[in-house]
Amino acid sequence: MKKALSLLLVCAMTFSLAACGSKEEGTTAPAENNNQTETGTDAEAPADKPAADGGAVFKIGGIGPTTGGASAYGIAVQRGMEIAVEEINAAGGANGVQLELNFQDDEHDPEKSVNAYNTLKDWGMQMLIGSVTSNPCIAVGEESNKDNLFQLTPSGTAVKCVQYDNAFRMCFSDPNQGLESAKYIGANKLASKVAVIYDSSDPYSVGIYEAFRAEAANQNIEIVEAQAFTADSKTDFSVQVQKAKDAGAELLYMPFYYTEASLVLAECSKQSYTPVFFGVDGMDGILSVENFDASLAENLMYMAPFVANSDDEMVKSFVTKYQESYNEIPNQFAADAYDCVYVLKAAIEQAGVTPDMEASAICDALKEAMTGITYDGITGKGISWEANGEPNKAPLVVQIQNGEGVAL
Amino acid sequence: MMGFISYLVNGISLGSVYAIIALGYTMVYGIAKMLNFAHGDVIMIGGFVVFTTVSGMGLPPVIGILISVAACTVLGVVIERIAYKPLRGASKLAVLITAIGVSYFLQNVALLIYGANTKSFTSVVTIPPLSLAGGALVISGETMVTIAACIVIMAVLSAFIKYSKSGRAMLAVSEDSGAAQLMGVNVNATIALTFAIGSALAAIAGVLLCSAYPSLTPYTGAMPGIKAFVAAVFGGIGSIPGAFIGGILLGVIEILGKAYISSQLADAIVFAVLIVVLLVKPTGLLGRQIQEKV
Amino acid sequence: MKKKVWSKNTKSNLITYGIVIGAWLVVEIMMRAGMLSSLLKGLLVPLCMYVILAVSLNLTVGILGELSLGHAGFMCVGAFSSAVFSKCMVQAIPVSGLRFFLAILTGALFAALFGFLVGIPVLRLKGDYLAIVTLAFGEIIKNVVNVVFLGRDSRGFHVSTKDAFALNLEADGEMIINGPQGVTGTPNDSTFFIGVVLILITLFIVINLVNSRTGRAIMAIRDNRIAAESVGINITKYKLLAFTVSASLAGVAGVLYAHNLSTLAAQPKNFGYNMSIMILVFVVLGGIGNIRGSIIASVVLTLLPEMLRSLNDYRMLIYAIVLIATMIFTSSPGGQAFRERYSLKQLLGQKKQTKEAE
Repeated sequence: MKKALSLLLVCAMTFSLAACGSKEEGTTAPAENNNQTETGTDAEAPADKPAADGGAVFKIGGIGPTTGGASAYGIAVQRGMEIAVEEINAAGGANGVQLELNFQDDEHDPEKSVNAYNTLKDWGMQMLIGSVTSNPCIAVGEESNKDNLFQLTPSGTAVKCVQYDNAFRMCFSDPNQGLESAKYIGANKLASKVAVIYDSSDPYSVGIYEAFRAEAANQNIEIVEAQAFTADSKTDFSVQVQKAKDAGAELLYMPFYYTEASLVLAECSKQSYTPVFFGVDGMDGILSVENFDASLAENLMYMAPFVANSDDEMVKSFVTKYQESYNEIPNQFAADAYDCVYVLKAAIEQAGVTPDMEASAICDALKEAMTGITYDGITGKGISWEANGEPNKAPLVVQIQNGEGVAL
Repeated sequence: MMGFISYLVNGISLGSVYAIIALGYTMVYGIAKMLNFAHGDVIMIGGFVVFTTVSGMGLPPVIGILISVAACTVLGVVIERIAYKPLRGASKLAVLITAIGVSYFLQNVALLIYGANTKSFTSVVTIPPLSLAGGALVISGETMVTIAACIVIMAVLSAFIKYSKSGRAMLAVSEDSGAAQLMGVNVNATIALTFAIGSALAAIAGVLLCSAYPSLTPYTGAMPGIKAFVAAVFGGIGSIPGAFIGGILLGVIEILGKAYISSQLADAIVFAVLIVVLLVKPTGLLGRQIQEKV
Repeated sequence: MKKKVWSKNTKSNLITYGIVIGAWLVVEIMMRAGMLSSLLKGLLVPLCMYVILAVSLNLTVGILGELSLGHAGFMCVGAFSSAVFSKCMVQAIPVSGLRFFLAILTGALFAALFGFLVGIPVLRLKGDYLAIVTLAFGEIIKNVVNVVFLGRDSRGFHVSTKDAFALNLEADGEMIINGPQGVTGTPNDSTFFIGVVLILITLFIVINLVNSRTGRAIMAIRDNRIAAESVGINITKYKLLAFTVSASLAGVAGVLYAHNLSTLAAQPKNFGYNMSIMILVFVVLGGIGNIRGSIIASVVLTLLPEMLRSLNDYRMLIYAIVLIATMIFTSSPGGQAFRERYSLKQLLGQKKQTKEAE
């Protein structure tokens, strides 16, 4: 009996491994491969279909959380990318070649992010847009550097996200944001006494806070109170707000995402505390919170690369398309992701790469091209890149006036 | 001094939300002897139902809450019937794992239906805040309603268990389900009733949680659920007054810990206090009687 | 009767080793032949890690009979202590093999120390109370690690629980643990081969412990504490021993984790109670007390969500349904009856054996 059982188990194991192996073979055989990816992307992006038929395509991978607590950000990125890919394909593709997108979930977990990366590699990814969040992005960056695969992150803000030369980013880095917001507050004399609430379990928030603190001293800003919250205790903000209020802060600096910000703003209103509210790019999206009482966020200022109701033609067209497809106002995650795809297109055209090239050769060419392009998009005009992966773009401060974001 | 009292009030406010969630936890634990990890997610579903009916369809809050209570009751009974009942008699751990499966399931269903973006919940409480000591101390309407609801529910539940026939059946099942069955108690029906009540409480808890902290995502219920579970253990799991006391204490400790020790370590402080309490009183604050039957 | 069960056990254990070595050989051959997908290659080390975690937790849950929901905490201790060690020693010990060996020892030692310290108070409690206290310890560990800032410069080490500024690092300073950003740049020393060796060592320790006099004492405590006490078994000592060994092995898994990815941060996802529960799922699904079951269940359940990727949005939903369905199918009285009626003879044999184990 036991022998039979063990035999069965060994058989089962070999079989399952063999099954995995045969899947690998699938990726090397192009015809089979196309079928496989078609089923993979059909459900999420019908627009990718023509790409699969057209023979040679650029295979773009995307990674971000589409389930779990951070899924709001990952899904926004996925949607932004889909719209861009659809547009580019409809307009004839990049260098006349269609783009094909495959977006994988990483649950905001570095380990799962690497799994997603490897899944995309098996699919035949030639360049990557991702990961959406910082820590997963660092982990994936290590892998993409090993493989020399071109990586462009829409929103990986930690310094180390672009530590290797194959990685670039679309957003500002954490220190950059902290620095710029301190400078802005200082230059416009918004306040001299500032309280900070930050998410001490999130590298994004801590990174910005540290840079802000470092610059605050130079700007004659006194940080009178710094209060933290963590991923596990972000229901109640009464203490943090009360401390800020008691310390007499004239400005509340909020380097974290809009999900928590909506709660902090509600708590401030509850305690009738009305300082100047100042946020960073994670704040963008606060007006897209369904049923949110926009009067709570009146006069809120935040650093953002993107304003959804801007007069810019590109922005208008993007926002309209996004709303048509998803019945939602896009936030900066979607906008950064949308720009990422276009930047990739610009880099592809600049470098003149072709889909039959190896991912590594494409990467070498794109790396070169990235520093040579100047890009006008929806998250900024005349953006160029340094070889170290950082974008040069002008920071923009948005203020919410009458329930709408207005660029200052 | 004013600061301290203000923190205390905030703590009680948070604690009352924990308490009302913990009531549902402790009910189900007392009778079905299972840690229903999906309880927090039933709360989230309750919140979403109210959100849809009140903010989406424009129904009056009272109707919305009633629909939510009905929906959660049905949901609770269905979950019990499909996922937990087949496992009656199986090991306790098997049921625990199934409950976790149900929790993932509810979260992902909500994610598919409502999407990941945060929804802002309009408070259903219209009572104006109570201002004391010349405005230095403000007790919000939500806090007063939550505490009142908590006390009413506790009293009704206790009376129900003590005096009604089905309540006494619950007590019998919780003492010894085998003997209860022999005495003619319909154990399956009793457990189903427990889940119905527990889930109805979850709906109310969901409404109050989201009214006090107006943000709703598919993961809203998970963390308060775990905290409430801790609160239930704190007070002695299975004990209804214990859940109330445990919840309030947990909220107060969390807020005071945040205010006076470290806002980064608020959770660690809560858990450390829990450990100390359990070491001194190994069955929680009021959990003595229930433990004996082991 | 007793003797027969025993020889069966030994045989079964050999089969367990055989499966691991067999799986390693198959994977190795396939890797050489280039038949392994990148996804699977990337999953090899995590698989080893999960197997070790599941086997070590089985020691607490199955053999000692106590429900622990804080296993990820010990993994966290192992991961961070070894990552700090490796980061400090990158220059001092350039030989990666030796450094990693020492890192594993460091991780195991620190986790064992924590297991011992946590075990003293925890093991006085019973049942669900014990479970919740282990959960509490796990969360405390995760929380505390998140506020540790550790840096090194020419003046030595600096620690703070506030923020990076409080360290006052010199210009040549290097952050080792940067609060919530954790440790970045840990050398990627984990390999599948080392992982398999560690699985074998884990199995060897656990199986030998179970089959030794100590193991029988531990199981006696599980089955009837009062009876065990009455025959003179030192309850505290044996419980603590099993708990510490289990924690130490979880620490080893943490070392594998820390040296597999280049970023290590204590997030709810990897070191929170979610992870502890995930490991518990492996153990329960594999059969409580069944070591081989733990191995198979952790491999299957780790691969499952990855294999479901083509389902996109429905992936985690399907995973949840599979989890519920499997639990009902394997553990419910109804499911068991169904299986006995319809399953193959071999499968029937396996279930009988798990039933016996319970």
